[in-house]
Amino acid sequence: MKANIYVTLKTGVLDPQGKAIHHSAEMLGHLNIEDIRQGKFFEIYFKNDVTAEEAGKTARKLADEMLANPVIEDYRIEIVE
Amino acid sequence: MKFGVIVFPGSNCDHDAYHVISKHVGQPVDFIWHRETDLSGFDAVIIPGGFSYGDYLRPGALARFSPVMKAIRTFAENGGYVFGICNGFQILCESGLLPGVLLRNIGQNFICRHVNLRVENNNTPYTSEIEPNSTLSIPIAHADGNYYCDDDTYRQLEENGQIVFRYCNEAGEATEESNPNGARANIAGICNVERNVLGMMPHPERACEELLGSTDGLGIFKSLAKAIMNG
Repeated sequence: MKANIYVTLKTGVLDPQGKAIHHSAEMLGHLNIEDIRQGKFFEIYFKNDVTAEEAGKTARKLADEMLANPVIEDYRIEIVE
Repeated sequence: MKFGVIVFPGSNCDHDAYHVISKHVGQPVDFIWHRETDLSGFDAVIIPGGFSYGDYLRPGALARFSPVMKAIRTFAENGGYVFGICNGFQILCESGLLPGVLLRNIGQNFICRHVNLRVENNNTPYTSEIEPNSTLSIPIAHADGNYYCDDDTYRQLEENGQIVFRYCNEAGEATEESNPNGARANIAGICNVERNVLGMMPHPERACEELLGSTDGLGIFKSLAKAIMNG
């Protein structure tokens, strides 16, 4: 059982790093991009006997308590068998 | 009275804070390792600057789970003074003892230089002995000092007088040019509603000796010592 957790900045939070990446993308010749925002990706590998439900519960708790700062970040979770 | 300086793996401004309390405030001070859970006997704890846990995940994000932070929460709830400097401010925000968050500096660079701070509020134990409307010259050294909070939080900070320091120019005006990191409304330091918990990005402990270029930081530590003395 595995959980993929995607942590992204809330809309409206300034992302200077994303902007810097966007400028570099333009310098590489990609002029068709409106905006780039940088987020984080976590992979949680669970032990053998953990159910999908348990994994989801743990992943949500981890995301709420630690992986995402609720002032500025949202998250979404995928459970993978 | 007794001061404590918390030490996390990665804290590196702990000795400067210790030195200021010991030598310039002239009070007993101890280091407190992050695994400690007993804060009895302390009147104030300083959470110093540095890179606790390497700033991994987010600055201060992992330090907040150290055993000592639970004790600090109770300590603060019981009126103990908690003073977070730089990484200490980040840890206080991550642990919810102060509202908001410190984001990456808007210019992306680590900035290390003296800035001017306007004292917004003399009605705190950390600023009571400082001349009203003072401008303090204090150094910053950070890459993630861009204070952010949502509109509701900002409104509350204003209404409750929780904004304690703002970046300003030499004339005391909080202009965009004088803001080194893009912090909302030039906020450099805030306190909680009860005013016993304060967090600031600049380093007052590096502004207590002529040799380092400014002694404007002393007033903050002396105000705190006076508040403790007056009970």
